Amino acid sequence: MSLLVVTSNSRFTQQELPACKPILTPGWVITAFIFIGIIFIPIGLASLFASENVVEIADRYDEDCVPSIYASDMLAYIRSSQTNKSCTKSLTVPKKMKNPIYVYYQLDNFYQNHRRLWEEVEFSLLLVSVFPDMSKSRSDKQLRSKANEFETKDCSPEATFLVSNKEMPIVPCGLIAWSMFNDTYGFSLNDKAIQVNKKGIAWKSDREYKFGSDVYPKKFQSGVIGGAKLDENIPLSQQEDLIVWMRTAALPKFRKLYGKIEVDLEANEKITVVIQNNYNTYSFGGKKTLILSTTSWIGGKNDFLGIAYLTFGGLCLFMVISFIFLYVVRPRPLGDPSYLSWNRNPDGLFAQLRCRFLSDILCAMEEF
Amino acid sequence: MYIAYTPNDLFDVNDGENLFSAVDTALREGNREYCSPLKPSFCSAESQIRQQFPLKCPLRDRKRMVSWGGSMELQQTSLAFGISGGSSRVQDKLNKSQRIRHKSTQFDDNLSHEENPRLIYVNDPRMTNDKYEFTGNEIRTSKYTLINFLPKNLFIQFHRVAYLYFLAIVFLNQLPPLAIFGRTVSLFPLLFVLCVTAIKDGYEDWRRHRSDRNENNREALVLQSGKFQFKKWKKIRAGEVVKICADDTIPCDMVLLGTSDPSGIAYIQTMNLDGESNLKTRYARQETTPMVFEGGTVSGLIRCEQPNRNIYEFTANMELKGQRFPLSQSNIILRGCQLKNTEWVVGAVVYAGQETKAMLNSAMSPSKRSRLESYMNRETLWLSVFLFTMCLVVALGMGLWLQRHKDRLDELPYYRKTYFGGRSAGKSYKFYGIPMETFFSFLSSIIVFQIMIPISLYITMELVRLGQSYFMIGDKHMYDTSTDSRFQCRSLNINEDLGQIRYVFSDKTGTLTENKMEFRKASVHGKNYGSSMLTADTWQDTNIAVSRTAAPVGKSRWKLKSEVPVDSELMAFLRKELAGDERIAAHEFFLTLATCNTVIPILTRSSSSSCMDSEFYEDVEAIDYQGESPDEQALVAAASAYGYTLFERTSGHVVIDVNGEKLRLDVLGLHEFDSVRKRMSVVIRFPDDSVKVLVKGLRTLVVASRDLTDAELEEWQCMYEDASTSLTDRSIKLRQTAAVIECNLQLLGATGIEDKLQEGVPEAIESLRQAGIKVWVLTGDKQETAISIGISCKLLTSDMQQIIINGTSEEDCRNLLSDAKAKYGVRTSSRKEEGTMSAALALIIDGNSLVYILEKDLESELFDLATSCKVVLCCRVAPLQKAGIVDLIKSRTDDMTLAIGDGANDVSMIQMADVGVGICGQEGRQAVMASDFAMGQFRFLKRLLLVHGHWNYQRIGYLVLYNFYRNAVFVLMLFWYILSTAFSTTSALTDWSSVFYSVIYTSVPTIVVGILDKDLSHKTLLEHPKLYGAGHRQESYNMYLFWITMIDTLWQSLVLFYIPVFTYRESTIDIWSMGSLWTIAVVILVNMHLAMDIQRWLLLTHMAVWGSIIITYACVVVLDSIPIFPNYGTIYHLAKSPTYWLSFLLIICLALLPRFIFKVLHQTFWPSDIQIAREAEILRKRPNHVQSNPDQSSS
Repeated sequence: MSLLVVTSNSRFTQQELPACKPILTPGWVITAFIFIGIIFIPIGLASLFASENVVEIADRYDEDCVPSIYASDMLAYIRSSQTNKSCTKSLTVPKKMKNPIYVYYQLDNFYQNHRRLWEEVEFSLLLVSVFPDMSKSRSDKQLRSKANEFETKDCSPEATFLVSNKEMPIVPCGLIAWSMFNDTYGFSLNDKAIQVNKKGIAWKSDREYKFGSDVYPKKFQSGVIGGAKLDENIPLSQQEDLIVWMRTAALPKFRKLYGKIEVDLEANEKITVVIQNNYNTYSFGGKKTLILSTTSWIGGKNDFLGIAYLTFGGLCLFMVISFIFLYVVRPRPLGDPSYLSWNRNPDGLFAQLRCRFLSDILCAMEEF
Repeated sequence: MYIAYTPNDLFDVNDGENLFSAVDTALREGNREYCSPLKPSFCSAESQIRQQFPLKCPLRDRKRMVSWGGSMELQQTSLAFGISGGSSRVQDKLNKSQRIRHKSTQFDDNLSHEENPRLIYVNDPRMTNDKYEFTGNEIRTSKYTLINFLPKNLFIQFHRVAYLYFLAIVFLNQLPPLAIFGRTVSLFPLLFVLCVTAIKDGYEDWRRHRSDRNENNREALVLQSGKFQFKKWKKIRAGEVVKICADDTIPCDMVLLGTSDPSGIAYIQTMNLDGESNLKTRYARQETTPMVFEGGTVSGLIRCEQPNRNIYEFTANMELKGQRFPLSQSNIILRGCQLKNTEWVVGAVVYAGQETKAMLNSAMSPSKRSRLESYMNRETLWLSVFLFTMCLVVALGMGLWLQRHKDRLDELPYYRKTYFGGRSAGKSYKFYGIPMETFFSFLSSIIVFQIMIPISLYITMELVRLGQSYFMIGDKHMYDTSTDSRFQCRSLNINEDLGQIRYVFSDKTGTLTENKMEFRKASVHGKNYGSSMLTADTWQDTNIAVSRTAAPVGKSRWKLKSEVPVDSELMAFLRKELAGDERIAAHEFFLTLATCNTVIPILTRSSSSSCMDSEFYEDVEAIDYQGESPDEQALVAAASAYGYTLFERTSGHVVIDVNGEKLRLDVLGLHEFDSVRKRMSVVIRFPDDSVKVLVKGLRTLVVASRDLTDAELEEWQCMYEDASTSLTDRSIKLRQTAAVIECNLQLLGATGIEDKLQEGVPEAIESLRQAGIKVWVLTGDKQETAISIGISCKLLTSDMQQIIINGTSEEDCRNLLSDAKAKYGVRTSSRKEEGTMSAALALIIDGNSLVYILEKDLESELFDLATSCKVVLCCRVAPLQKAGIVDLIKSRTDDMTLAIGDGANDVSMIQMADVGVGICGQEGRQAVMASDFAMGQFRFLKRLLLVHGHWNYQRIGYLVLYNFYRNAVFVLMLFWYILSTAFSTTSALTDWSSVFYSVIYTSVPTIVVGILDKDLSHKTLLEHPKLYGAGHRQESYNMYLFWITMIDTLWQSLVLFYIPVFTYRESTIDIWSMGSLWTIAVVILVNMHLAMDIQRWLLLTHMAVWGSIIITYACVVVLDSIPIFPNYGTIYHLAKSPTYWLSFLLIICLALLPRFIFKVLHQTFWPSDIQIAREAEILRKRPNHVQSNPDQSSS
């Protein structure tokens, strides 16, 4: 090999560099399990406790809000522009909820992560750009600045409209924006309206960099109506509902922040919610749920982490016990050359070592 | 093939020892008449030639005497038979294997081009190049030019099928309905791999270009319009006359026309061509030398064969002034050689540039593929099955989903099959019907899951092997101080095969032995000398008075490079008057030793002030003998020590210093050694005009002479002339000519030469044996020699039962084989349990029997017998038979074979075996050139296999499994996610993360671990050779491990996917945050997985593993900081939440738990040998116990 020239006899070339050679000694294994157990169990308890402290009110309303006469044909109800979409529900606060109380809507069976929303359209040449525009079915460029208004190539099939035979861009274009959620909620307590703060519900980074303050909605929802309409006088950077909606959900069941209630709610208070039930989830069997929730360091109400940590910690401690048991029952001096395959006497003392897993357990049971 | 070239082992020098006494007794009988006991053997060889070629020489007494010659003769005949006819089948097999492995050194049959000779008009390049377009002298060793680099390099790279798969994926990704990744991004992994390889190739080629340019622009003196003028090498054309000065490199293949030496002699060093450092003699024909000296017009017509690769032969003749004379190998100097010890030479260019023999021989033999890599392909097939299944699931899911929603497709907020507005309003938008959508979904899932087949594995393996080779080359324990040569890795693809070798086929001479010949014994005229050997100096000290009186002129004028011990009795005898039969025989004996060879004496005047001899002799010259075979050198040196110093040799004469008197002998003709005659002879005219034939037969063994009458001389001269000028069948004609005079010889004596066993050979063989490697020795020696060598290198032990197969017919061999099988209860099953044999068996078989066995259907019988024997010795085997034996094992078992040898006769064996190892020895570099690995000493083999082989195998085995796991866990994670996107092949990970995953995020640690990880230290491995069995049992890479790994992968991917999903099941998490979490989690997970398996943590390993995780984080942070990406700002948001960090911790611990428990249980209760040895090594408990009891370990 002409590429390889070795000239020195250093410890490196002789592969004799100082090294740490870990070995799974019984002590090491048991210590590791104890260590993990001791760390995991408190974390689990803390998470569980935090999750317990979160108060959450969930109310599924997609079916309840359809008048009973339309129960057999919910689609007709939601499609029709004539029907009364408002619907009043009453919620009971189970425990005292400290502000801020977050208001979410939760959609189910809604594939916002569907590739159809992500597809590229134009056949771009390979070398057009080193950084391909990654956004699909939306045009991040268009959202960012007015100058890129015509950047709609990634938005099909909802990209342009015809004005006197000229293709004009829709702002914001693309399927995601088009399908924006448009139910609204009005809260009141004892006939007194509760203010829902809709400012600051979107990420700061999104508001400041991804949605331009000079970009105004244009011809949005002008053809086939998909969802919410936008006030054409407010720039996109202030349309926080849109910004929240555009942050695509990861899973088919997701929540999005609707607003914040900045007053405390006492236990057993009854809140009245007036829901404008506009959004069509009936065509695909999607569920709509209204959520009111406080928060903690762990986020929303979710026992999973706590339970998982507790279980795992417990499992580790169980492992400690079983390994101690096994090491006592079947000790093996480490590095004992008599265990080497060529030193083992097939009929002798170590014959039992040869029996495989199941029979080994049997061996162990017999001894007891 | 190789047979024509001094096949050392055909008759090994050790024959001398054994035949010695036989010759001795034969001589003592005093039969010195014509047709002495020596005659039958010489005659029989001759008669055998007669069977093949009609001879003019009258048939003489063909009575076969049953003396020592009897058995010899049989073996000789059959051996020759074996070479000429019997080996055809092996040849076939070799040809078969050539398709896979091109033989770089195979020679074309140069006689087949005779009808169409190449015409060279000397000093008339225009006319020479008029008719045929001979290539110019510009050479190109580079593969590429600037223009064709890209297409050609790509073409070569795409020979790897996996690359075509990835190319297909890139193309798939360009189809509009399928684009998953950004189109440019999808190219990235393939581009990366292609680029790295292209850069490596490009760099190597650039170096070649540079050296080509240097080479082409060198200048040489070319005869132009009557004067020698400088001309660039690349401008030199065939037919031109070139002058070369001392120490210059020869620019093209040239026929010598004249040299500075009036007798036309020139010395060249062929180091660059065949690696032999000794000087070789070349002669200019006497007919052409005047032309050069008188300065007249240089002219002439050379008819030569078409360019070919055989550097040992050249057939041509030359016409000059109506005279026609032959040109042969000794008249040509080849490109790449260097002129030495000669002031200048003038020659006519016959082959230039690419047509020179050096260039024709420079083709590299393509690489072999390792066993593990072919297993790896089997598992890759399984991965393809997984891939296919996953794609099918996705496609079917997509189809069913579309079917269920087909009426409402346009009402779904996340699915649209028609355009909304603009010109295309209402038209179908990228919807091709459900069956087509299903199909496209299948194709696009292939794109998403593409890295299931790990493309980076190929480049990783290449880099890892490169690193491993670096350490093998650098190992100081494999550095040969005597020749100053390091270990060489000539092939980079089969490092790991070294860890699984089951059979070692070893050559003997030069491999097990040193191939440094020492003259030990002599038998002259029936008397045995050599019992009391002293070095010449000591002898002179003790006999200084004698030497003074016997030789008034100092015989120690010559100082040899190496001391040769002499026998004082013989020495004293040589001081006597030259009278009496015995004394004359001794005289002729040493004359023959000094003349009948091709050795060149190199004289250097040494400053001998310090030498004690200088008190008596002022003019001491150091003399160095350079010859093609080490035993010839040994004999000439011995002759010199006894007072017969050869100090001048030209094409026409030799001058010998006989005890101070100069004796000039004219050489009338020389019949070189060939493997059919097995002898060499010179025809010498003495100063008194008597002519003698001096013969050295059986290579170096027996010395004989014969006086030639005028009539005989004339007959021979006529034939010799004719034979040596002929263009066709020259070698056969020369052989016939030789047969005329090489008969009715008078036996003078015999020589005994010793070849010492190399250092450490018995220990190495013992270790290899303990390691479960079967060592077979294949040698050209006769049976008795082979057995005695076998005993001396501990291959054969006294408790072994020897089975000897030496049949003379097919029937004979069949019976011998079946008898042996019956006697020792060898079963015909292909798989044998170790240790069922009651006694250790040793099989000794000779080449003669092998002819019958390999030719006929007895192969399987031999195989059964041989594989149940502990030791197999094959004696008297021809080069092709060696390859045949290797093939016997290779084709019938899955076991890995290794062939080790040093000579040209081992080349076929080295190329046939799975791993070929060359020894850089005394016999040139042919074996090294053909080998995969080359080293200086046989004993390094122990370290190469037991230490480096073991390490390489462990490392590569783990590397492959880990790479499969690493990519599969990633793909499975994507797969689970796709199931929750309505089968729409969305990836939560950003395109860049997917691409970087196997290229940047996780590649470095695998490479570092693949190069540096070490389970056991070299001391432990050498102490317990049985640990090598891990490779035999395929412990590091097998189907079982693959499936275990895949199950583990499945578990880990599920943990990886579901922990975040459950944690964020009802939350506002967005796809980029989730993707970011998965990206980092999977990278940490696979790196922790690796960290758990690392056996030796170096600083570099720490840096690689933890560094990778840090780099991944850095990359994610950078990618999330670029506002144009949709994932902008994600990581900043995520990192604030403790849930994010807690889910990491849970993923890592839960995913690795089963593996950890499995590992602990396995290591504690079913420890492997390696595990125990490792514990013993690290804990250093009871060091005395650790040293395995030799009794236990050898049983």
